Amino acid sequence: MPAYLFWLFALLMLVFGAAVVLNRSPVASALSLVVSFLGLAALFMSLDAYFIGIIQVLVYAGAVMVLFLFIIMLLDLRAEERRKTNVVATAGGAAVALALFAQIYLVVGQLRGADKPFPALPAVPGDDVRGVGLLLFDNYNLPFQIIAVLVLVATVGVIVLSKRELR
Amino acid sequence: MATLGNYLIVSGLLFTIGFAGVMLRRNIIIIFMSLELMLNAANLSLVAFSRFRVDSAGLPNYHAQVFVFFIITVAAAEVAVGLAIIVALYRARQTAHVEDISSLKY
Repeated sequence: MPAYLFWLFALLMLVFGAAVVLNRSPVASALSLVVSFLGLAALFMSLDAYFIGIIQVLVYAGAVMVLFLFIIMLLDLRAEERRKTNVVATAGGAAVALALFAQIYLVVGQLRGADKPFPALPAVPGDDVRGVGLLLFDNYNLPFQIIAVLVLVATVGVIVLSKRELR
Repeated sequence: MATLGNYLIVSGLLFTIGFAGVMLRRNIIIIFMSLELMLNAANLSLVAFSRFRVDSAGLPNYHAQVFVFFIITVAAAEVAVGLAIIVALYRARQTAHVEDISSLKY
């Protein structure tokens, strides 16, 4: 993938990610989140992880976002009315976030090989669905089944939580 | 060609945006969306490392991609449960504003 496409999709992802935080209306935030995740899926594909990119689009841009929009519409959340903001808390939160990014930036700068390009793949690249699938059903078979039980537990939990009478 | 460092910085920026959202916003749904942004930032750096460390056959390290697959699955389950909790909370308190929900604070 040419370098300008990396910057294009990275910019798309970051701008709409910032829009999620900055928008006052929850619906606008949720729609910005979809665009941000699509940019992220494109970045996954630029790293030759086509399977993960497709899963990202299906699960996040499909299922998770529908769930978010459904709940926002169900609760009928309007744009937040302006409240008196706690200036100290806001400044503190922004300072902690900036300090975190400065730390990440310094660590990546020290990382060996961070400025080297990615090694080339073989001329006939392997099938990444095959590679992931073989590991998943062979090496990681037990975690895979535990995840299946986890999803079942989550489903039952959601039904219990949405019952009218919570005791 | 973009380097590993470029991808890690972009991932760090996305994580910082999500972190700032959790710290600065007061709407519980938006805080939840910011959590999703942070999870995805971690996924991006995992996939970048997977592509960087090729094995002897020259293929990417698929172990990291299996890990990302698990993270996406758990995140989807977490979204379902979290939103159900938010709906139950809204039904009990009629608010989605975290400063109105402080009975456990004192």
